Amino acid sequence: MSLTHALQQRLTENLSYEDLLPEEQPAYVHSYVYLFGAATIASFALLMVTGIILAAFGPQWWHFDNAGHFFNSLHFWAVQAFFFFMVLHLWTAFFQGAWRDGRGLTWVSGVMTFGASVLTAFTGYISQQNFDAQWIAIQGKDAMNAIGAGAFFNLLNFGQMYGYHIFLLPVLVSLLMGIHLTLVRFKGVVRPYEESTQAAPPTSAVTAREGAAV
Amino acid sequence: MSTRKQAYYAGVRMAPYDIVREVMLLLGGIAVLVVILSAFLSSPDIPPLTLKSVAVQTPQIFSQTALSMLNDTSPISTYGPPYNNGSGSVQSLGPISMQRAIGVHIPINTAQDFVIRPLTEASANDPALATAINTFESASASQQASWENSYNTALTKATASGSKLGVPACSCGPVAEMMSAELKLGQSGAMDGLLLTSGHFYQTDFTRPLLFMQNAAVQNKAQQLNLLGNPTWGVMNETGNYPGQEWLWLYTLFYQIPPYTNTDGPWAWAPNIDLLAVLSVTVMTFALMFIPWIPGLRSLPKLFRVYRLIWRDYYREQAQPSKAAS
Repeated sequence: MSLTHALQQRLTENLSYEDLLPEEQPAYVHSYVYLFGAATIASFALLMVTGIILAAFGPQWWHFDNAGHFFNSLHFWAVQAFFFFMVLHLWTAFFQGAWRDGRGLTWVSGVMTFGASVLTAFTGYISQQNFDAQWIAIQGKDAMNAIGAGAFFNLLNFGQMYGYHIFLLPVLVSLLMGIHLTLVRFKGVVRPYEESTQAAPPTSAVTAREGAAV
Repeated sequence: MSTRKQAYYAGVRMAPYDIVREVMLLLGGIAVLVVILSAFLSSPDIPPLTLKSVAVQTPQIFSQTALSMLNDTSPISTYGPPYNNGSGSVQSLGPISMQRAIGVHIPINTAQDFVIRPLTEASANDPALATAINTFESASASQQASWENSYNTALTKATASGSKLGVPACSCGPVAEMMSAELKLGQSGAMDGLLLTSGHFYQTDFTRPLLFMQNAAVQNKAQQLNLLGNPTWGVMNETGNYPGQEWLWLYTLFYQIPPYTNTDGPWAWAPNIDLLAVLSVTVMTFALMFIPWIPGLRSLPKLFRVYRLIWRDYYREQAQPSKAAS
């Protein structure tokens, strides 16, 4: 049996262009709640663009040049927008029980994306090179040291934190976000909870309504 | 659409959906919002403290810090891993201390790193300072402690006038000369460079200068900027009225509530508060992550019934069978 053929077939059946970029969705997706995930992606795109520009001009630029400081502000407010929409997306997905019907891994990848994003933002605040950066690094170092991580993840080392912030962690967030989006498109959005007056979806299509088998 | 999805959505009314347009519109809308916020509110950029600014603006704080580094009474002198083998800030869960197990990886000897070595570097053209350092290092530990204590007493009576610090005469031996030179080094800006020196031309590690300033100097500045307070929300804070890292609210919440804040009794968690706060938030994060497999927790959405609001149109439609079937 050709593994390549098996993978090709599975992708063809479950992740066609039509699945990746669907032109129609269940009508219940026409709710403002479904915008939060897309708004998170849009904010992330802004973060990446402003971050790349800041990185290209270097750390001094955003302190001593008006244009640099403006781009620093764009990056600062984009991260606020990113977390605002991401947290709304997380909570609404929770209230929808979005992990149902075999979507457990989709939920896990989403929570992991949130965790990696928190760490990315944290290293970003430390990389600001202003008094806030000093304050946050000094406040945070005791927690890192207490868990034994301070020796290898030194918040007081700007070079290390900057490297984490502009490359390692954004790559991780992008990867996790990519996995999350692929799983969302692969599985489709979850059906609404069944109310007692409603007909259940076909049992053949639903493996475990609550158990989220992957 | 895959046959599996078609089966899953059987009986569900489908509707046209332009996901690309949706993302593009959101991108445009959020970009405009971010530009407006940036143009009108800017972003925090209060200049960082430097050893020079501390020495010039608050010479008493600078000298007290330097003396505490010399006589090993500063919190960093007795901190413990990863800086040294002290125990002042070592945290553990029962007998288990990851901090202790990992050991010293960023060795800091406060007397040497923050006082003796910088002064030695600076003494190349200062014979009086070189003699003072030599006298201090040749003296017994008890003699050194006696000089340091005398200078500490004198410092409490010192008067600052601008960047000038008037320290009363004392029987401080070479310590007076050393501390005076240390303050001059700080005020000249040389200390900023001397604490960064690590044998390499390029410097990106600010561990030593930040550890020097972390207590009195940074706390004093934080007080001025209203970053302190009771309770303090630490890493969540941002200067001014700017939003900080609000997404860390759960983590910082642990620093405000018992038993995390208890300093005595059987539930005295405060000595290990950082470790326990990190562990607590880690456990809660894993619980959130594995909700789909945790009985009870995974059914909470059905209890809250917020989904009725989210999908209100869908349920309204379901209540009208003729429309739902069309």
